[in-house]
Amino acid sequence: MDLVKPIPRPSPTTRPFWDGLNERKVQIQRCDGCDSWVFYPRTRCPSCLSDLLIWREVSGQGVLYTYTLARQPTAPHFADETPQQLAVVELDEGVRMTSTLVNVEPSDIVIGMRLQPYFDQVTDAVTLLRYQPG
Amino acid sequence: MGLRGHAAIVGFAEFKHERKYSGPRLFTVEQWSELTAMALDDAGLQLADVNGIACTDIRESGMFTPATIVEYLGQPVNFAERIDLGGASSVGMVWRAAAAIELGIADVVVCATPALPIPSNPEPRAIDPRRFFQSSSNEWGSPQAEFEIPYGNLAQNCGYAMIAQRYGAEFGYNEEAMAKLVVDQRQNGALNPLAAFYGKPTTAKEVLASKMIADPLRMLEIVMPVAGGGAVVVASREVAERCRHRPVRITGFGEHLTIKTPTYAKDMCVTPVGPASRQAFTMAGLEPGDIDAAEIYDCYTITVLMTLEDAGFCAKGEGQRFIMDSGMTHDGNFPLNTHGGQLGMGQAGAAGGMTQVVEAARQIMGRAEVRQVSACDNVYVSGTGGIMSEQAALILQGG
Repeated sequence: MDLVKPIPRPSPTTRPFWDGLNERKVQIQRCDGCDSWVFYPRTRCPSCLSDLLIWREVSGQGVLYTYTLARQPTAPHFADETPQQLAVVELDEGVRMTSTLVNVEPSDIVIGMRLQPYFDQVTDAVTLLRYQPG
Repeated sequence: MGLRGHAAIVGFAEFKHERKYSGPRLFTVEQWSELTAMALDDAGLQLADVNGIACTDIRESGMFTPATIVEYLGQPVNFAERIDLGGASSVGMVWRAAAAIELGIADVVVCATPALPIPSNPEPRAIDPRRFFQSSSNEWGSPQAEFEIPYGNLAQNCGYAMIAQRYGAEFGYNEEAMAKLVVDQRQNGALNPLAAFYGKPTTAKEVLASKMIADPLRMLEIVMPVAGGGAVVVASREVAERCRHRPVRITGFGEHLTIKTPTYAKDMCVTPVGPASRQAFTMAGLEPGDIDAAEIYDCYTITVLMTLEDAGFCAKGEGQRFIMDSGMTHDGNFPLNTHGGQLGMGQAGAAGGMTQVVEAARQIMGRAEVRQVSACDNVYVSGTGGIMSEQAALILQGG
């Protein structure tokens, strides 16, 4: 079966995040109401419900919070990536995001390892934020 | 705060759980009729006694589910709930039914989770692409569509695997303990004629040799999908007095929801079943040490491990040692999932959690036959939906 991989469709609220990735920049929201970082992008802060959310560029660096090697595709679209190196990354700002690990052998993956962004332009319009050791 | 323990489970029904279903195919509403008839008959009640239902979704209709079911059954009700808590739905049904009964708005509530295959459609429709994304939503605007699915973070296995991997990094991961959990439960399941693994115990060696699906979870630590389904009848104290069996009083409950995707959990190793269980125990006036049997939702071994800890049966980080040191078969010192759990029964979709509720009732009523736990008066039940997203707990006590 020929399946097109699902890609994100940015919304008015989330577009700055995806636009940033297209320019090789990681931008996330910071809440001016309670001084906390916010991910994924929202219209109001999930800590204090303030709508004073400001986009800020960050390094994108962080550590590996957890991962798994999916030895069976999580959907048929990902059959070519088996084993999928699914990861949860904790940015230095404290927020977590879902990603996949690249440029690393499964046996070298360790929870707590330092990670840096790998900008993966998957279409003309969309860049995914994957992670590699760094 | 909470229940007075006046409502009770008075009857139950359960289809045989089978990997390859051997019976006639029935639509969900038809299965509702079957389960209702079986459970009412078990309790010694009539359709006319029913004035409440609790349901999950049905295959024949996307909306107006409760009205569709009561029309099909032919019985008007005062109380109808459609519960959307995945594997926690059965526990969610039972406490809502008890609450409605204690409020005085219903006397007899049927809670059912049918999950047999429906008849094949003679006009097959094109495959719905949403099917691939299972319990994640790929709809426009869904956070999962934007931040999970494009990376392949969907389906349940990987979410639970990533929780287990994090648990291992924080507390250590003992594969032997996880294998023992499976072995003890399958031992119980081997004695349960309604279980898919009836007569089929397993060994630690077999568990540890089973295929790695998503590290560190192996195939035999993951539930097998089956056909099945079950139901319970919850009734008022007055009705319970004229029923056939020992009433199974609902004396405590709790429910807690936190996230859809574990990435965003405050701490991936602290699960919602903690607050849910503490509320349930407090309401019932019991402590974990008072429990005679625990029927713990077991979609994966990691779910049981973390529930044992977060519900307070052992300290955080001590769960694997607790499993190694305890006899968890029906005749052990810590009877756990005495029906085999879903690892032994098989998982019939959202009906999986009903097996835990039914077995708790069966044990308290003293009807578990060769699996009967001696002097079984107080049972803890948990339900888990999503990926440790939403969890619920019940305390059931013999009346």
